[in-house]
Amino acid sequence: MSPRSITIDPITRLEGHGKIHLFVDDDGNLADCYFQVPELRGFEVFCKGRPVEEMPRITTRICGVCPEAHHMAAVKAADAVYGVTPPPAALKLRELLYNGFYAGDHTTHFYALGGPDFVVGPDAPKAERNILGVVRKVGLELGAEVIKQRARGQRVVQIIGGKALHPVTALPGGMSKRVTKEEQRELVRIGEEMVEFAKTTIKVFDDVVLKDPATVDLILSDTYCHRTYSIGLVDAAGKVNFYDGTVRVVDPDGNELCRYRPEQYLEHIAEAVLPYSYLKYPYLKKVGWKGLVDGTDSGVYRATPLSRLNVSDGMATPLAQAEYERLFETLTGDRSGRKPVHATLAIHWARVVELVFACESVAAQARDEEITSDRIHTPPTSIVGEGVGIVEAPRGLLTHHYKTDEKGFVKEANLIVGTTNNNAAISMSIKKVAEGLVRRGADVTDGVLNRIEMAFRAYDPCFGCATHALPGQMPMEIVIRGLDGSVRETVRRFC
Amino acid sequence: MAKPKLALYWAASCGGCEIAVLDTELEILKIADFFDIVFWPCAMDFKYDDVRALADGEITLTLFNGAIRSSENYEIAKLLRQKSVVLCAFGSCASDGCIPGLANLTTLEAIQRYVYEDSPSTVNLEKIRPQTEWTVPAGTLRLPRLWNTVRTLPQVVDVDYIIPGCPPQPDRIKEVVAAVMDILKNDKPLPPKGTVLGADVRACCEECPRKRDVKKLKKFVRPHEIVQDPEICLLEQGMVCMGPATRAGCGAKCVQAGVPCRGCYGPPANVRDQGAKMASAIAGVIDSDDPAEVQALIDSIPDSVGTFYRFTLPSSTLRRRQP
Repeated sequence: MSPRSITIDPITRLEGHGKIHLFVDDDGNLADCYFQVPELRGFEVFCKGRPVEEMPRITTRICGVCPEAHHMAAVKAADAVYGVTPPPAALKLRELLYNGFYAGDHTTHFYALGGPDFVVGPDAPKAERNILGVVRKVGLELGAEVIKQRARGQRVVQIIGGKALHPVTALPGGMSKRVTKEEQRELVRIGEEMVEFAKTTIKVFDDVVLKDPATVDLILSDTYCHRTYSIGLVDAAGKVNFYDGTVRVVDPDGNELCRYRPEQYLEHIAEAVLPYSYLKYPYLKKVGWKGLVDGTDSGVYRATPLSRLNVSDGMATPLAQAEYERLFETLTGDRSGRKPVHATLAIHWARVVELVFACESVAAQARDEEITSDRIHTPPTSIVGEGVGIVEAPRGLLTHHYKTDEKGFVKEANLIVGTTNNNAAISMSIKKVAEGLVRRGADVTDGVLNRIEMAFRAYDPCFGCATHALPGQMPMEIVIRGLDGSVRETVRRFC
Repeated sequence: MAKPKLALYWAASCGGCEIAVLDTELEILKIADFFDIVFWPCAMDFKYDDVRALADGEITLTLFNGAIRSSENYEIAKLLRQKSVVLCAFGSCASDGCIPGLANLTTLEAIQRYVYEDSPSTVNLEKIRPQTEWTVPAGTLRLPRLWNTVRTLPQVVDVDYIIPGCPPQPDRIKEVVAAVMDILKNDKPLPPKGTVLGADVRACCEECPRKRDVKKLKKFVRPHEIVQDPEICLLEQGMVCMGPATRAGCGAKCVQAGVPCRGCYGPPANVRDQGAKMASAIAGVIDSDDPAEVQALIDSIPDSVGTFYRFTLPSSTLRRRQP
């Protein structure tokens, strides 16, 4: 058999943003595998010269799926540039907006993207492996609830952020828009509905995933396992927090490697460049870059919902805490609940735990009387000239770092964006699955494509933080070429 | 009768236009029912080859979002133009270049040098740059070539209509979709070519509820510098608000949320250059006849190019910073 090259390109729902190359040797085994991101937009460079207070309104356009994350990381960095602490009501509004956004975003991913593999099963007919298949399995009523839950998240962002998409109200020193008593009543109602939705989601996950031993075995299988470092933001009590806190890193055995404040990120995170992808490869500076390998000696880390759970001491709300405990007890195979868990597919379960936390947080924070306060903005009176803002984007830790002149105009900007953190891990996960499946004598079938895709999809990738796969599965096309470049075989997989 | 064919495409964009379409909620089901969607990479699995296989003009309507900044974007724009009866620039990136168009203030070389060499977190002693072709032992890996200049859709192909906004607001999308369905169902005439859909002809100020008092300005302030009055025009409070130079249609959401307009709906009807229009509006509110004082006031405008042309640098008369 001749050597051949297999290209997965384009990955339709990430059009122009992700490309996989598999090379196969004479024996039909995988020789090598490359994952490429073919885009670069240069926000960091054209942000130079812009007033820093505009960064929360400029960097939202990095991503139309998670503009809230950029809005918040940017304004936190801008607060730091001016050395200003917003009034308590403003901080509460930001965090409430952010939890509302998470509740919608994690819902979309769980039901429309990741969920189908578990709810209808990884080997279900491809026509069923999408949101419609999920609705058929769990009922139309729940399908309608999913649409409503998405709308609830958007509504929270609109009330507090002024616009449901690309919010505008966060500015250095606080917020520009007050929340009225009437709006608060609506937020309280939305919070209550979100908690009910969260309970339903726990039940769905329980019924269709956890009660199926084959699915649990798949989650725990070695094919989908990488022993990497984990990174995530924790609050003062060590609990998961999306909006604020300290970054904690644990090693593959669960020992703490370091904790750092946002302004210390350069001591801990560095980025490597490889010649075949426009996207850089962040790694832990103190451990070092050893290439695309896992283990304690490799600085590769993961920044996912599961990583956040791995580095934390628990969740700050009761239902989420119960789910957190159940996840670790179930996946470590005993009742010890020890951490960390390295199973890539368990990221989906962690996302459900976080969804529950986000919904409970909206319900609790919406009831706080202080959110209707008039004191939402403290104009800055001096300038520090440098600031770092870190939040947890749904797809991983998001860092914005600005240096400004004495008037607050940006001189330098550095951004380490959600999915970028996972660039190395995603490449490794794809390769490991491909190695297991692309073997002598084995056909490259639709099933192979879906297994590769599952490795990919667990990270909810949003490459260049510019695009995002919406409903259903990521369709793929594999072209197998002979040495002369002629097409031997084309395997396509559609919805 | 066969359903009319619809295509939606994203070139260089943030994905927000696609989210705005989804934010029409149940309307999306009506769209899927009325049209035969033949291409929508964000949500469906048809490939470039499927589009190439269509007859010229077989697609009734294409909604194209995203700017043009690589050879791939350009090829697909040409392909969809050829296959579509009506090609619509959907959203600010396609129609005006939007915020990513501010990259025209710099160069591709400057972007690559910073990102891959100079940024404080990058460790790249060998000064490796991503290559459009890279040979590995097993074969060759390719990346698309990026353009130095961000271009708008109407700058590279013939465009029939514009739907502005960053993003187009879901309510306005619903209106446009209802109008399109009405035209197709009832065989009504199309609006004149070049019409701006899903927006107003007037300026954003016309839908802003804040009170105006033709007050003149002695100084400009930045949005974070003051505790603002929630009732009074933001420009009169000294903030550079793009309302006078921006097309209405968004519902003046930003201004009502306490921050000045940044111009995402592009210039109003009969205005060629949004930034020039804003410069003219600013001239009208300056309260001085003393040239030195006027100059000082103008100099105090924070980042005029990045504010006046926040969303329209590529479509403006300036287009880009010259080397």
